[in-house]
Amino acid sequence: MKLSKRPFVTVAVVALLTLLLAAVAPHDITTINVSSDTDFFHIADFPVSVTIVVWTCAALNILLAAGAGSFLFLARRKVPGAITGVAFFAMALSALVYLYHGNNMTITSLLQGSLALSVPLIFGSMAGVLSERVGVVNIAIEGQLLFGAFASAMIASMTHSLWAGLFGSLVAGALVAWILAVFSIKYRVDQIIVGVVVNMLVVGLTNFLFGTLMGDNPVLFNQPPRFDKFSLPLLGQIPVIGPVLFNQTPIVYLMYLALVVVFVALFKTRWGLRVRAVGEYPKAADTVGINVYRTRYVSVVLGGALAGLGGAFFTLGQVGSFGQGITHGAGYIALAALIFGRWNPLLAACAALLFGFAQNLQYGLAIIGSPLPSEFLLMLPYVLTVIAVAGLVGKVTGPAASGKPYVKE
Amino acid sequence: MSTEKTSRLKVDWQSIIRGNALIPVLAIVTSLIVGGILVAIANTDVQAAAGNIFSAPGTFFSTLGQTVGGAYDALFRGSIFNYQASDVALMFKPLTETLAFATPITLTGLALAISFRSGLFNIGGTGQIIFGAMFAGWVGIYVHLPFWIHLPLAIVVGVIGGAFFGALVGLLKATTGANEVIVTIMFNYIAGLLLQYLLKTPLLQAPNTANPISPAVQDTAKYPLLFGDTNRLHWGFFVMLAAVVFTWWLMNRSSIGFKFRAIGHNPRAARVAGINLGLTYVAVMAVSGALAGLAGTTQILGTEQHLTIGVSASFGIDAITVALLGRSNPWGVLAAGILFGGLRAGAVTMQAEQAVPVDIVTVVQSMIVLFIAAPPLVRAIYRIRKGAEVEAF
Amino acid sequence: MRLELKGITKRFGSLVANDSVNLVAEPGQIHCLLGENGAGKSTLMNVLYGLYQADAGEILIDGRVVKFSGPGDAMAAGIGMVHQHFMLIPVFTVAENVILGHEPTKALGFLNMDEARKRVREISDRFGFDVDPDAIVGELPVGVQQRVEIIKALIGDAQVLVFDEPTAVLTPQETDELMAIMKQLRDAGKAIVFITHKLREVKEVADKITVIRLGKVVGEAKPTSTQAELASMMVGRAVDLDVNKTPAKPADVKFSVKNLEVFNHLGQKVVDDVSFDIHAGEILVFAGVQGNGQTELTEAILGLHTRVHGSIVLDGHELIGQSVKHRLDWGLGFVPEDRTLDGLVADFSIAENLMLDRSDRKPFAKGLLLQLKYLAEFAAEKVKQFDIRTQGINQRAGALSGGNQQKVVLARELSRELRILVASQPTRGLDVGSIEFVHEQIVATRDQGLPVMIVATELDEATQLGDRIAVMYRGKIVGIVPADTERARLGQMMAGVVA
Repeated sequence: MKLSKRPFVTVAVVALLTLLLAAVAPHDITTINVSSDTDFFHIADFPVSVTIVVWTCAALNILLAAGAGSFLFLARRKVPGAITGVAFFAMALSALVYLYHGNNMTITSLLQGSLALSVPLIFGSMAGVLSERVGVVNIAIEGQLLFGAFASAMIASMTHSLWAGLFGSLVAGALVAWILAVFSIKYRVDQIIVGVVVNMLVVGLTNFLFGTLMGDNPVLFNQPPRFDKFSLPLLGQIPVIGPVLFNQTPIVYLMYLALVVVFVALFKTRWGLRVRAVGEYPKAADTVGINVYRTRYVSVVLGGALAGLGGAFFTLGQVGSFGQGITHGAGYIALAALIFGRWNPLLAACAALLFGFAQNLQYGLAIIGSPLPSEFLLMLPYVLTVIAVAGLVGKVTGPAASGKPYVKE
Repeated sequence: MSTEKTSRLKVDWQSIIRGNALIPVLAIVTSLIVGGILVAIANTDVQAAAGNIFSAPGTFFSTLGQTVGGAYDALFRGSIFNYQASDVALMFKPLTETLAFATPITLTGLALAISFRSGLFNIGGTGQIIFGAMFAGWVGIYVHLPFWIHLPLAIVVGVIGGAFFGALVGLLKATTGANEVIVTIMFNYIAGLLLQYLLKTPLLQAPNTANPISPAVQDTAKYPLLFGDTNRLHWGFFVMLAAVVFTWWLMNRSSIGFKFRAIGHNPRAARVAGINLGLTYVAVMAVSGALAGLAGTTQILGTEQHLTIGVSASFGIDAITVALLGRSNPWGVLAAGILFGGLRAGAVTMQAEQAVPVDIVTVVQSMIVLFIAAPPLVRAIYRIRKGAEVEAF
Repeated sequence: MRLELKGITKRFGSLVANDSVNLVAEPGQIHCLLGENGAGKSTLMNVLYGLYQADAGEILIDGRVVKFSGPGDAMAAGIGMVHQHFMLIPVFTVAENVILGHEPTKALGFLNMDEARKRVREISDRFGFDVDPDAIVGELPVGVQQRVEIIKALIGDAQVLVFDEPTAVLTPQETDELMAIMKQLRDAGKAIVFITHKLREVKEVADKITVIRLGKVVGEAKPTSTQAELASMMVGRAVDLDVNKTPAKPADVKFSVKNLEVFNHLGQKVVDDVSFDIHAGEILVFAGVQGNGQTELTEAILGLHTRVHGSIVLDGHELIGQSVKHRLDWGLGFVPEDRTLDGLVADFSIAENLMLDRSDRKPFAKGLLLQLKYLAEFAAEKVKQFDIRTQGINQRAGALSGGNQQKVVLARELSRELRILVASQPTRGLDVGSIEFVHEQIVATRDQGLPVMIVATELDEATQLGDRIAVMYRGKIVGIVPADTERARLGQMMAGVVA
């Protein structure tokens, strides 16, 4: 078997970029702030020298590149993925320290903001995983998020019940997914076409109803209550992690739960085995008596329900009311996270966190007046996804039967 | 190919009898009905009348009629013929508005139709329009030349811009096998953010403003208006018509289009017959991007004249529905483009006069495409029996 | 368990795939269902397995009528199927594949993989299959994958086992092993239905033979019948398998392949140091079990593979490194193995398919403009010359019968100026009439003084058509021998035994 040179080239390029960063970095101090008031114990702010950090990272990455090279050319073995991962992390770290030079980098708020932006992405990517793992391409994540956001705001506003709103978002997301399912499974319309058109339908519909129902009577239709954050006992007081992860709204706690459940269900249960079988080779599943259509419907609709919850996060979890196009294309970034995370819910969640971090970083940088244009940070998810699908960082392949309608003979 | 015209006519007639040609008509009618229902539901007068439906059913139905009728009347007057206008020119103005909207929609629709027929799902119309508009806009704003050379140059540069951005997708697919659907989705955002960035830099931003907007295109680089200052319709309309004919010629009469269609239907057989897949992918995406870029020029050098982040409007997405509704056939795309252009134009009047948000058009448009894509659904709604088609096995 | 099919009729539109077919499978018996490709064998088995619903007739188990609305029902009734195209999921492990559909679970639907492994090992041990339950199926050799498929069929304690064309992808040894397994299963009291069109295999294992033709049972035969008797029952007339051809008059070497190596996309070496020459006016047939590198060899000659080392010289011109287009222009005629996937654009008309390789060249195009008038004349002429049965040159190629599709491909390839003809399994799945036509065309091409290279999987075709036979095994040429070499020796060569 021929060994792929790609990981080595990737690490080498990353090392070069880090070196470049080190060369241009100024002699300055970045102050890192890790604690918040609610912690068990306080960790003092500590200043670090930008020069030392960037050159350390550069040196590390050159070593890693050399290591990757020796794996490939001397030991003739596959380059471990950890090497690539660490190299990227070191590059990101030096970039961060560089960008924040002369300023305070408040880790907690940086991460809190990132998580907030990631929550809908993670819900959306789970919807994508459940749909694509069973063989239905889900371009309609955006529509599922948006309709979830709309329905939750409207229902919570009308009933004055957050939980009713949350349930409404679940149903709304599932409904959009059901349309996707019916057209792609029953009518065998190209799944990408359905996804794109369904998104358009939801955008039009929610904009229209926002302009009419909600515009005419905002008190009745668009003034929902909002979930409060609450801190989980003990967990919430861990430094850094506590305030970031465990002082959140119930929607975020639901997300943790959903993530675990989806992962376990997909890879450890009978249902998951069948879902994956249908997504890989529906005919094989059919010949052992698995109902391909039903499996597809169930998984797609469940995914849609999760995306609907993600939509509710925009309204009931953050803004407190619905606005036109409130999701801002999060569904497409979730799609990107799904691909970048190789159709694995946990990896996709990591990718979503990364994308959320990049989006959030632009706010942080805007505050300190960094010259780095925010557009380039916003581009990051899209550029990374193009790089991923172009196979520049290893081959990315989805479920074999994804996108193909199943025709029962 | 239509070397036997008579037999084709016969086939078309049969398909009408069997109800196949009926599907688009029924899809449009159904979608308009659903749109009407939505308009009614969202109207406060109708809601109030519905509250008293049992005590005053007459009031309910007359309110309903007034609301929906009023909306569609406004749609008609805004898109085809305004019988309430004071003079003949104004009466026909809506039609020119429809065609003004139809111009970029149809051009982008043609761009996507070419890619669809070649088996590539280019949904990057938005990004390619933006690139066309950026390139053409830059030439139109900053280069000083006489009209007869300035406008053509700006158009050509815009077309090259779109072609370049499209070809990039083809190149990625050809060299790495990257899925063009994902790439074009991501490229739409990348193009939008790039434009947003450039509109903050001296390269494109107008001096003395903090807003993300470029200076105006010079008069020498504008598409001349067709009916004077009161109408937005410009020469870009004829460019669009020429593009329709060009697309038909390219796909049905040229050897390039033959190769495009061959890889669209069966890339493996095309490869065995000596057609270079990678090169053809790049060519398809370049031609597709070029037409979307041309749409971008009709925006920036025609109707918009300033670059803003909204330069592509919703045309990139509209074009997908246009290409689908037109079955990727150039004449069909033209018809669909005019239909959706009319909906867009009429929606403006509908919003102004009847306070019905323009977004209702998006709803109607997407429903039309969904219905058309699933003929069995339309047949089921209207209980049309399927023609003598053999059940597939 | 005794299985009986009574009067099964299945129609697809106007095509009657099964016409009141009767079949009985008794325990402890191997019942062969013999028929040509397209005779309706697979349809019948899909009816039995609940994949299709019969239009008429019934299925009886131990005398009781049963109804199968899906494969689940058939499995529950004790019917197991070994599919022609394995119903295995390549990215799953053996155990996951085997339990799919009737998974052992713990509480809450969690999979019990230990139990799954145990079940696989049990069956594997009982029949000596030697299969690792944790291996990833896609990484196993084909023969082992088939055993996984058999384990899968046995797992639900199936009493009736159906083998659908199981030997198509196997080497002779693997075939022998499979035959042994089938006998072992029979002796264990299972009822076995063995679907095939290979006479030799029928002779070896059958206890009972039913012959099916054009959807109808044409009769039963005894295992003692000769192959010729079986063949004539199968095709409906005494078949003349002979190809009419005069002895070859080979001239100079026109085509020469030296030390050719081809790697597939997984980086595996699929053609290994292959060298051979073909003379003008000679047919060299590549025989061997499918999947031993013949397909990749022809594809490399056409230029479809990127990782190729060695040399391919046609008429003094090196082809390695040249584009497909260049090779076709230099006079390589190519008939691909799978005509619907690689040979034709099904949605194009016959005429369009006829110019697929030269659409940008004179006389089909002037500049960029297609010459549709010329094309119409050209196509009409070819339709006549190659006896393509069609309603007109504008008919969709996909609507043609297999034989007529192959004629379109041949017409296209043979209407160029050729220096060689390379055809991979040119008669696969064709009716007898079309096979004769294709053979005639190939011999005529040879007689024009061209070198011809054919890939054949049927030994009979190889010996009849070829002037010399090259046998491939695992990517290597085992030997190149005269066409009149004994079958037994060819069979050994196909199993990799160097003579």
